[in-house]
This record gives sequence, C-alpha cells and structure tokens, in this order.
Amino acid sequence: MPKCSAKCGNKAILKRPKTGDALCKECFFDAFETEIHYTITKCTLFKPNMTVAIAASGGKDSTVLAYVLKLLNKKYNYGLKLVLLSIDEGITGYRDDSLNTVKQNRDDYEMPLKILSYKDLYGWTMDEIVEKVGRKNNCTFCGVFRRQALDRGAALLKVDCIATGHNADDIAETVLMNVLRGDLARLKRCTAIITGNGSGDGIPRVKPLKYTFEKEIVMYAYFRKLLYFSTECVFAPNAYRGHARMLLKDLEKIDPTIIMNIIYSGESIRVSENTSLPSLTNCTNCGYVSSQQLCKACVLLEGLNRGLPRLGIGKSSRVKQILTEEKYNNLNSNSCVEAKNCLCKNLKDNSVNLK
Amino acid sequence: MNSLQVNVEFGGGAELLFDNKKTVTISLPEKKEKWTIEHLLIWIKDNLLKERQEMFLQGNSVRPGILVLVNDTDWELMNTINYIIQPNDRILFISTLHGG
Repeated sequence: MPKCSAKCGNKAILKRPKTGDALCKECFFDAFETEIHYTITKCTLFKPNMTVAIAASGGKDSTVLAYVLKLLNKKYNYGLKLVLLSIDEGITGYRDDSLNTVKQNRDDYEMPLKILSYKDLYGWTMDEIVEKVGRKNNCTFCGVFRRQALDRGAALLKVDCIATGHNADDIAETVLMNVLRGDLARLKRCTAIITGNGSGDGIPRVKPLKYTFEKEIVMYAYFRKLLYFSTECVFAPNAYRGHARMLLKDLEKIDPTIIMNIIYSGESIRVSENTSLPSLTNCTNCGYVSSQQLCKACVLLEGLNRGLPRLGIGKSSRVKQILTEEKYNNLNSNSCVEAKNCLCKNLKDNSVNLK
Repeated sequence: MNSLQVNVEFGGGAELLFDNKKTVTISLPEKKEKWTIEHLLIWIKDNLLKERQEMFLQGNSVRPGILVLVNDTDWELMNTINYIIQPNDRILFISTLHGG
C-alpha cells in the first residue's frame, strides 16, 4: 500500500492525474483547494465585494465549485457574496431531479438561489422543442438558450460575474471540438479563463476549475461526501460533443497530461491575420451580443415560432437567404407588418446589410 | 473452500447501467486462479450488466472515465485490473462521464 508522496506518513488514497503523485486524503484536499485558490488569485478572477453567481446544475462540477468557493471565500477573505443561479431547461426526468439537488446545495451552503426556466424566458420548454426539431439538433437549441439564460439571470440578480464549473477535461474537449469543426473564432476564445469583460459583452464569466481534472473533482466530491446529481441528458446521446469526449478520454488513459497539453496548445494558438473572423455586434432584435445581425437565440426562436425549426441550424448565410426571401414576400403581401415582434421589421431597417 | 464475498458499488451515474442499484453484494465462485478485478469485470458483464456494455467496459478494463476505488483507495495505486480481490473488499465504480 503506497504512502502519501507529501511524506506525512499517511496512506495514499489517490494518484493525481496531473503529477502522478500519490496523496492521502488530507493532502489531496489541501492540494486541490490550494490550486484553485492559486488560479483565482493568479488570474485575478474576483475583486473584493463582488457578487458572484455560481451557475449551478446540481452536477458534480457546480456542486464542487460552490463548496470550494464558499470554503476559499471564508479562508482567504475574498469578500465575495455568493449566489446560486440555475436554469430549468424543461426536460422532464432530467432537470426536475437535479433542481432538487441545487435546492439542497442552497440549504447546505446557505446561499440564495434563483431558478430561471426556458419556458419563462423563451416560451418553450426543451421537451416542446424536441417535439418540433427531433433529436438531431436539439443540443444546439439547449446550448444557445442556456448561455443567454445565464446572462439574463445574472442581470436580474444584478451580479458582477458568473462562475461556471467548466473543468480541465471540458476545456480540452472544447479545444478538440473546435479544431475538428475548424471553428477558429471559438478556438481562439474557448480557453480564456475570463470572458465577456471589457468589450461590452455582457457580464464577465470566470472558470475557477479550468485547471482542475475531472477525476479529481469526482474524487473530491466523493471523499468530502458532497451530494450531487448525475444522469445522462435524455436527449444527449446524439450530441457531437460525445465523440470529442470519447477521443479525449481514450487519450487521457494513455497519458493524463495530454489534457493540460491540449489546453496549453489552445491558449498559445494564434489565428492567422489573413483569416477573417466575425466581428461582434449586438442583435437588432434583443440587443444580446452577436456575430450576426440577429443573434442565434433569436433566429432559433423565430424558427420555432414560425414552424421553421431548422432555420437556425447550419450556416448563417442560409438564414439571411430565407429571411430575405420572406421579407420580399411579406412586402408584397403586407402580412406581418403589424406584428410587433416580427423580425421582418428589423430586417427592413437594415436591408442594406443583408445583401 | 468457500466462495469469495465482495461488495460492489456504483455511483456518479454508473448505477444507471445497473437498474439504479448502488450496492450489490456478490459471491464469486471458487476457481483455481485468484480473482482479480479483470475477472470481476467479466463476471459483472455476464451477471449484472444487461445492456449497453460499451458504456461500462472497454477491452479488458472499464471504459476510460470510470473511476474505480478499492476500499476507498484509487485502483491506480493498486495495480488496476491486476489487483487480487480479498474477502469482503468494497469495490466502487464511479462514472465521471455523466453530467449534472
């Protein structure tokens, strides 16, 4: 039975993927928490007196994040006010149960909790969306809507920043996925530990677990006896991310430091100046930051509301084409001029940009 | 000679592959060689795992992303699949692949 590498004399309980060290329970807790504290201070994720919303799903990552932030905030006097923010996508049998776990977190960690639903924000639950779009592209809707929902919730709660539970494995997975898709705009920004600050791009987001391995998060939750909810999203088996995830886990088995190397590569990559990247603007319909005239959420929502659920799937040039065609049809028929929120109105005002 | 009694546990979503059972006490039949975790995995595949084997197993081991603890110690410190099972060992499989 190996002894703790920290020479404390105790029995080791875990082999660290990052370093290969064998640590006992207490030394592991200490290393785990200290490294997150180091990340937070080194990257200046927070400032004193900030209100921070923890994006809480009830899963392992956000549960560990809430626990550790509460602990570090007290231990190192960050001076933060911590709140929990949860999104209810409206997926029967998935989110219902995990929201109960979030409520338990609220009680255990004594933090206020705000739950926002897709139904309230967009008028559609994921169950209803899947009924319309099927199970092939539903994750696109869910992901786009969740991102905006967190921002809207954060604005409602008047917080200074949102902390998410993305871990090292998640980020490496996203780097891989963006490489596989050739999505240079996302590849460039997906490793940033703080996003959305300074550019008028909504409320800043931070990832305190960016350098924390998934294995250690699960082990930490287990040995700390933290209650979390785990399930498979009932719609997820078809998600593209699953392929990147399997590839990554296979690589990680050969050598866990591959995770850090992929993140390092993603951080160091510079996109050629000759590559044209979309510049960010604000959605003409809702004002949310967007690379297109209409943000993805508005396009997807418009598609759903018009019975054209596939509108926002695929290339944005196709959306322009469909909406432009509709615009001319509508100019002739005048059918939706009266509709208050019809996107044609916005498009008419900006028709030059559409060409 | 007696059979070998072992407590097998599932967590982190792995229990979803086993009728939502989190704890199973099993008796491994007597055999010539010693029981290792590699043998246990085959036994689990034949006796407990009814569907979607690829979600739990890969090759002669567990699927990458499933953590294994023997009596609350990481199996990576205990020779992984080659660990020789002792009577009344508690062997826990935790999935990291399930979300929240």
